[in-house]
Amino acid sequence: MARGKFIERVLFFLALSSISSLALITFFIFLEGLPLILHTGLTDFIASSHWAPTKGHFGILAMIVSSILVTLGAIVLGVPLGLSCAIVLAEFSPERLKRILKPTLELLAGIPSVVYGFLGVIWLVPLIRDYLGGPGLSLLAGSLILGIMILPTVISISIDALTAVPDTYREGSIALGATQWQTVRRVILPAASSGIITAIILGMGRAIGETMATIMVAGNALKLPASILDPVRTLTSNIALELGYAAGRHREALFATGIVLFVIIMVLNFSATLLTRRK
Amino acid sequence: MRLDPRLTQILAKTLLWALTGFTLLILLFIIVDISVKGLPQVTPLFLFQNPQDLGRAGGIFSTIIASAYITGLAILIASPLGVGTAIYLTEYTREGWATRIIRFGAECLAGVPSIILGLFGFVLFVMKLGLGWSVLSGGLTLAIMVLPIIIRTSEEAIKSVPRDYRTACYSLGMSQWQTITRIVLPSALPGITTGIMLSVGRSLGETAVTLFTVGAALRTPTTLFDSGRTMAVHFYILAREGISMPNAYGTAAILMISILLINLTAYTLMQRLMKRYS
Repeated sequence: MARGKFIERVLFFLALSSISSLALITFFIFLEGLPLILHTGLTDFIASSHWAPTKGHFGILAMIVSSILVTLGAIVLGVPLGLSCAIVLAEFSPERLKRILKPTLELLAGIPSVVYGFLGVIWLVPLIRDYLGGPGLSLLAGSLILGIMILPTVISISIDALTAVPDTYREGSIALGATQWQTVRRVILPAASSGIITAIILGMGRAIGETMATIMVAGNALKLPASILDPVRTLTSNIALELGYAAGRHREALFATGIVLFVIIMVLNFSATLLTRRK
Repeated sequence: MRLDPRLTQILAKTLLWALTGFTLLILLFIIVDISVKGLPQVTPLFLFQNPQDLGRAGGIFSTIIASAYITGLAILIASPLGVGTAIYLTEYTREGWATRIIRFGAECLAGVPSIILGLFGFVLFVMKLGLGWSVLSGGLTLAIMVLPIIIRTSEEAIKSVPRDYRTACYSLGMSQWQTITRIVLPSALPGITTGIMLSVGRSLGETAVTLFTVGAALRTPTTLFDSGRTMAVHFYILAREGISMPNAYGTAAILMISILLINLTAYTLMQRLMKRYS
């Protein structure tokens, strides 16, 4: 019996690995970034757009705004597309077709973000430059690529939400003479709404945290965008572009950028967890 | 004006199917474009020769070695932790505060973006622990990244093993640990393998983490403390600095096709397991 207890202890210790990793990550990001926020002042850090690390100006407002705009753009494209796929797979598609379509769509999740970014540069950026104007590397290009990249997240969580709706709902609605589409729109979607909102929130988390694809297609310019065709630099891009050579206060500022990003992501994750738990 | 419900249904279904078709087309386009332009570059020489002249010439051998080395290390670290967590969650506890904290940790960790992990690995492993840009720093950071994937899939796999199996073992006088190691884990193995394979795919494609923990040095890493350049980072640098488009496409093709094949096999394994016990 003593052996059983010992094994349980060891397993419990292993099970703490994820929560302790999370604690370590939080601790070290704050340890490195917080001194700069205290030094510059939180308002000067997040409410100023003046980023000139060599001259001691660390304002990341433009990047926060850019990150939010790129993410909203990704949601505008990714959610209708992803939700359509989820509805088709969960409600309309015959079982046999579903068994092929679902794993196929899941392949989108396997494609590395650098490949998305690369294809964005090769195909999307020239199209935007030639037909819509501007430099091509833009807020729009970032949103479109991220919109595609969040599809797997939106699709798989929405499918789970839709299939969790009991079949009696469908049968009841059809029995009342509703068409299949009326059933989906008036019964299934409202019943699955908290799951679908979770899908959207986690999709936002994916989009705002994506780095490599954004660096490659969004243009990385250091100013508040005036149009969707303007190049933008997101929080993630800022970290990745400058970490290679930053030192001292400058490096601290990049970790502080990380803190802002980390807090946004944790708020999103937390609201997603709360939503699923309430159900 | 109110449309006939049957007409609305036809319109709605057409639109939804069209959007689904469009999504599939995007996927198809990505795979075809990369394969058609990349695969012709892939010759035995490309696979087994080191990059020369910053990647303008030669192949990608050293980057394949670096990717395999780092991924292998990450899996070696993350698997016992992940599978152990899954066993603890499914076999040893009732739902309570402990499981809630563990699950919360895994869920949040899954949502941490790779650039934050890159920052973390850089400050802790590369700087504070003095490991430098190295295979070890990269492996440790990637292990944290894939931990939630292994936990989630292993838990699902272990849960799918029927209760009866355990009851039968206990009635034969086996201890809980014997039941787990001799019956439950072997039955759940395909599912656990799925998690590990998905983690391999995720690690191979990761760029932000490896760039800041392993570096971008074009050399073949031999010890755990050597820096190196993974396939994904090599591809990123080739493409971004416009060093060589043909070689960028070739690297992307190998990277993407191997990840897709790994993911597809993982998916099939999980489906088979679920079918066997449902």
